[in-house]
Amino acid sequence: MNRYPMWKNIFVAIMILIGLIYTIPNFFGESPAVQITPAKSTTKLDAALLGQVEAIFKQEKIEYDGVYLDARGVKARFANTDTQIKAKDVLQANLGKDYTVALNLLSRSPNWLRNLGAKPMYLGLDLRGGVHFLLQVDMKAALSKAAERFVGDFRIALRKERISYVGVSREGETVQISFNNEAELIKAKAVISKEYPNLTLTESTIGEEKMLKASLNLVEQKRIQDFAIKQNIQTLHNRINELGVAEPIIQQQGADRVVVQLPGVQDTAKAKDILGRTATLEIRLVDEDKNDAATLEKAEKGQAPLGDDVFKNRDGRAILVKKNVALTGDYITDAGPGVDSQSGRNTVNVTLDARGARIFQQVTRENVGKRMAILLIEKGSTEVITAPTINEEIGGGRVQISGMANTQEATDISLLLRAGALAAPMDIIEERTVGPSMGQDNINRGMHSTMWGFAAIALMMMIYYMAFGVVSVVALAINLLLLVAMLSMLQATLTLPGLAAIALALGMAIDANVLINERVREELRNGNTPQASIHAGYERAWDTILDSNVTTLIAGLALFMFGTGPIKGFAVVHVLGILTSMFSAVLVSRAMVNLIYGYRRKVSKLSIGQIYQA
Amino acid sequence: MELFRIKNDIPFMSYGRLTTAISLVTFILAIVFLATRGLNFGVDFTGGTVMEVNYPQAANLESVRKAVDSIGLEEATVQNFGSSHDVLIRLPIKAGLSVSQLSEQVKNALVAADPSAEIRRVEAVGAQVGDELYENGGLALFFVSLGIVLYLWLRFEWRFAVAAIVANMHDVVIILGFFAFFQWEFNLTVLAAILAVLGYSVNESVVVFDRVRENFRKMRKASVVQVIDNAITRTMSRTIITHTMTQTMVGSMLLFGGEVLHNFALALTIGILFGIYSSVLVACPIAMWLGVNRANLIGDVDKKEGAIKDAGKKETLAEPHPSDFA
Repeated sequence: MNRYPMWKNIFVAIMILIGLIYTIPNFFGESPAVQITPAKSTTKLDAALLGQVEAIFKQEKIEYDGVYLDARGVKARFANTDTQIKAKDVLQANLGKDYTVALNLLSRSPNWLRNLGAKPMYLGLDLRGGVHFLLQVDMKAALSKAAERFVGDFRIALRKERISYVGVSREGETVQISFNNEAELIKAKAVISKEYPNLTLTESTIGEEKMLKASLNLVEQKRIQDFAIKQNIQTLHNRINELGVAEPIIQQQGADRVVVQLPGVQDTAKAKDILGRTATLEIRLVDEDKNDAATLEKAEKGQAPLGDDVFKNRDGRAILVKKNVALTGDYITDAGPGVDSQSGRNTVNVTLDARGARIFQQVTRENVGKRMAILLIEKGSTEVITAPTINEEIGGGRVQISGMANTQEATDISLLLRAGALAAPMDIIEERTVGPSMGQDNINRGMHSTMWGFAAIALMMMIYYMAFGVVSVVALAINLLLLVAMLSMLQATLTLPGLAAIALALGMAIDANVLINERVREELRNGNTPQASIHAGYERAWDTILDSNVTTLIAGLALFMFGTGPIKGFAVVHVLGILTSMFSAVLVSRAMVNLIYGYRRKVSKLSIGQIYQA
Repeated sequence: MELFRIKNDIPFMSYGRLTTAISLVTFILAIVFLATRGLNFGVDFTGGTVMEVNYPQAANLESVRKAVDSIGLEEATVQNFGSSHDVLIRLPIKAGLSVSQLSEQVKNALVAADPSAEIRRVEAVGAQVGDELYENGGLALFFVSLGIVLYLWLRFEWRFAVAAIVANMHDVVIILGFFAFFQWEFNLTVLAAILAVLGYSVNESVVVFDRVRENFRKMRKASVVQVIDNAITRTMSRTIITHTMTQTMVGSMLLFGGEVLHNFALALTIGILFGIYSSVLVACPIAMWLGVNRANLIGDVDKKEGAIKDAGKKETLAEPHPSDFA
């Protein structure tokens, strides 16, 4: 009765094997590496880059341990930090600013493990060092900004329809339009409700004046807020790319917050500066009269004609634009990819607010046939994104930028345009910085706690329960193995509270084995045969183990759902630990006991440390 | 080796009055400390900034304090922790200055005063974040309790569910009482520890309840009190060994875990020690007073067993009323 069917033994063996494979990468340690990622979303990431990197290493005679391509970028490992830093400089110089080259640490695990997807556990910031920010997006400002745009939009719309009004003003997030008489108000209401269906319009009378109040309805508010946070995240992505951080995390948290984690970054002042900076977009006219080769050449040497600036476009060619800024990116309310209905070519459709639209209309009217440069100014450097020719006067604030090579490019440029500036201001409401030495200390603390605790438990169990104690300890070790394997497999972020949860999981998991061992002893005491005692002990203990683990699981899940930061890190490991312990304490330990006792013809005594006999 | 060899059942239930008195006194004391001293909430909850600074030589607290004062932060507390090389600086929230600006100013001042200062850790939390934590912490506690009650109700009986949760909430209040009395810092990891303890201590009650249910099936002639006393006595060995093992691990964390895990391990230690006591000696008397008996625990089994049922029923009726033992 104490024999597992073959399939069950094989199942247990396979689980342990999988556990081993996924745990091994944690033991190889890390070597210095560089990571090459495209600086812009438009730059391609493919095998050609891999080849290029290898060629650069060969040419510069840099010895590398391995180089490979993954979804994030090209990564290369080195024997020491000196080579790593040299490689970084060489790569940055050769690849130019299209790529970000960041210092990183990579697992030294062999290729076959990497091919299996076996990676070491993903360490959180408190273990590897770095900085964590929680940013709060000022949604009130985003809504006010939106309302402000409606003030201008309404003025233009009313003027266009020749409706006479007294004034348009904004109060908080509502826009008020005052009229002298009811008739004009009704006309205006019709016009506005047709053009802006997402506004809630209410009428009121103050003295002689008739007032029309427009407020954003919930759908529109939500749309504006979603847009604001998406744009802010996009902007943060673009900016953090410049920082050269190996694996940044930028995530939305809740409706109006953004988490930014920058592993390995120690210069928090610089990080804060970059997160809070505003990048700008400018539209300027190309100086068509002076864009000849000779002037350009002189301009590139720093002798630009008076009143002009020279910038590079995306192909790297110089272009002369006027110093006078026609329009800034502040007027852009939205940008998205599109297709021109006549030519079928890919375009980027930019929406300007009312004031921007008026300025744009005037500029285009006066400059038909000339080129207009769209410039992105970030980190003090300016780039011409595109310089299309103005074919006709453009009104209405909707600008179609043609000349996109494909849909991808149209999408990317839209992103760039949108990502130029923050949609709404953000405040840092939480900052956690952990120095690199502190991170290593934290790892050691967690490891030592687990190691010594495990050793003490192992000793006590073996003294108290003899052979069954050894079985329990092996089961506990396999529990640890499976837990680490699960964490590595899921790439769940391991933090110091997570390490504490590993220790605690082991301390709690032993309960199941104690329950079983005590139960077996009790059965023996009641005068049952050793084989029957093993059988009954495991069977009876199982119900109790299940019940007690479910209650612990409930606590773990609630922690996971309501916890943030350290609590969540703890909860993930806690829950996984309960699951692995149920497997190892029951199935694995039973399999072992079966192998020890199940195949013997006659068992007169169990090595379970029992002195008293019934 | 075998530490527990108890021939006769220990009459735990007859100590009901004593254990209840002990529980009530500790509980009331905990409430009094919570009310008068209050919890010493960490920056996670209150907002503010904590900085850990390491110096290669023994830190000069006076000069650190001067550096912090020089930027107009007289409310800051500066103290050593761990070793004489490590300094912990706590700053309250300052109006008109974001937490990250504040931490940057302090950093600059510290490095200006002593360039060898290494900023090991900064935690700066704005006031907005703390308020939500109270709410989420409360919600988590509520849902853990609700989940446990529902599960125990399904698996056992509502009397057991109520008894277990009362016993374990009593543990939580006592842990909080300790933190209030000693003014240990109550931070997020301590909250996690408390919730983990809640799940863990319920284990204890579950193990005993499981045995109580089993005993009701096996010990057909025994009274409720005998059944419970037997269940506690038979599981005692396991209870003490398991808790010793878990406490060994937690003790290892107390020794090696450093500053961040210290209070976490402390909360677990109190929780484990009181958990042993309360989940057995508080939960069982409560379940008994609520009127747990054979009929309401394994009633469906009795119905199936037909003829034997009547005999069992009579005995149940003949039992002394549980409150006689109170």
